[in-house]
Amino acid sequence: MMHTVNKSPFERNALDSCLRLAEKGSAILLLEDGVYAALKGTAQSAKVEAALKSHEIYALGPDLKARGLEEARLIAGIKVVDYGGFVDLAVEKGTVNSWL
Amino acid sequence: MSEEVVFDTQGIVKKFMFVNRKAPYGTIYALEILESVLISAAFEQDTSVAFLDDGVFQIKKGSDTKDSGMKNFTNTYRALAGYDVEKLYVEKESLEARGLTPEDLIVKVQVLPAAELGKLMAEQDVLITG
Repeated sequence: MMHTVNKSPFERNALDSCLRLAEKGSAILLLEDGVYAALKGTAQSAKVEAALKSHEIYALGPDLKARGLEEARLIAGIKVVDYGGFVDLAVEKGTVNSWL
Repeated sequence: MSEEVVFDTQGIVKKFMFVNRKAPYGTIYALEILESVLISAAFEQDTSVAFLDDGVFQIKKGSDTKDSGMKNFTNTYRALAGYDVEKLYVEKESLEARGLTPEDLIVKVQVLPAAELGKLMAEQDVLITG
């Protein structure tokens, strides 16, 4: 299963709910405003760093770029993917669970 | 243009879970998902419905939309059993966080802790979320 989160963790609880229900080993893709969760040194970083121990976490590159978020500012271990990578993940991980 | 499209879905049954995370009436999500649930049931799919986060407010007893002028769809959840949609799940943590108990809900549900609901989600073929 792949979870997608497209809401900022500073405004909404989509990421919290995703992390509460996501099974160990499932992948999480941050996209749209969800990419703000990928930043290090924020009030939300600790939970994302903890989640990296049991999940692969990805962030969508074009959405990072659109928001001026450089890869150097991301939490170590988060992988940046492009749209093609998004599609590959969707195929590889099976059912998609969108946390809207 | 007038060619008839035939959907041959005979015998294809998938596990669909509809995941409600938004309160009713404030946005269109709850009503749209409810309509999708009925469509899924009409196609005789293996349908289940989950309520978590503010989605648990969708099935709060006592909804009366008369004064607000909105169409009331809360009672439609009670009709789901008539469509053989009987797998209704509520996340325990979300219910408790909102000061609700199963007695506050208009339908009979299974209350599951987050981990168990997460496991059920992982067993689905399709998740329709909102």
